[in-house]
Amino acid sequence: MYKLMIVDDSNIIRNRIQRAYDSGQFMLVATATSGVQAVEKFNIHRPDVVTMDLTMPQMDGLECIAKIIAIDPEVRILVVSALSDKSTGIEALSLGASGFLCKPFSEEELVESLYELVQD
Amino acid sequence: MKEQKLQIFVSIITNYFNQFGTEELIVDTPYLLENQQPKVHDYTGVIGISGVQKGVVYFSATSALLASILDSMGETDKSEDNLVDLAGEVANTVSGNARNEFGAEFHISVPLVFKGSPQSIILPKNGRSFIIPVSWRGQIGEIVVCLQD
Repeated sequence: MYKLMIVDDSNIIRNRIQRAYDSGQFMLVATATSGVQAVEKFNIHRPDVVTMDLTMPQMDGLECIAKIIAIDPEVRILVVSALSDKSTGIEALSLGASGFLCKPFSEEELVESLYELVQD
Repeated sequence: MKEQKLQIFVSIITNYFNQFGTEELIVDTPYLLENQQPKVHDYTGVIGISGVQKGVVYFSATSALLASILDSMGETDKSEDNLVDLAGEVANTVSGNARNEFGAEFHISVPLVFKGSPQSIILPKNGRSFIIPVSWRGQIGEIVVCLQD
């Protein structure tokens, strides 16, 4: 069972991800609404997998990825963002993210992306 | 912004509603407003644009349209908080997806959301605003694009 943290400033997106993931494979340990909160909660809960929005207040997702990877280089981070340009995807991956899912997404795409993340 | 760029936003909003796979979005004929503040519906999410282009992109919709979208997402909570949240999320998705065409220098802000009448300080009164009216499941909304090159 993988410990999961969901980071997104939108309540409806956090809820949507919570409804979609496979509860037999993932256990939700925390949610966060900003990069700052995500780093705090990451230190407390040490999830194995993080879904990460990029456009958030206080600290954006790219900065948050760098901080979380500095704490735990083994964590798997799935970026879930509307920012669809290639350079943002490349930057996220170069900072240590393991996958990128572009909004809008279907539940099936999310489940598949999370599955691929833990299979690597 | 040139009219030709409008097709980018038409394609993005159409793709957004395609995710639900049930009923197609109807995009009405876009039109131009000059030096007027466009009207808004019940809830509006505004994204500030900076970088290579400056201005705003926003999504405004009736509560009925937003509630229909929440239904399609499987969200049972139709509270005002979630309706406001969704207006911001649609605006964020449309603007974020536009970076695929405009590039990484098309910087977008976090959504600013409000219910009811616009705050004059938020929405531009000057310049050219392109309005893209949409309807889905008989409920209406619109994308407004006001960008300066």
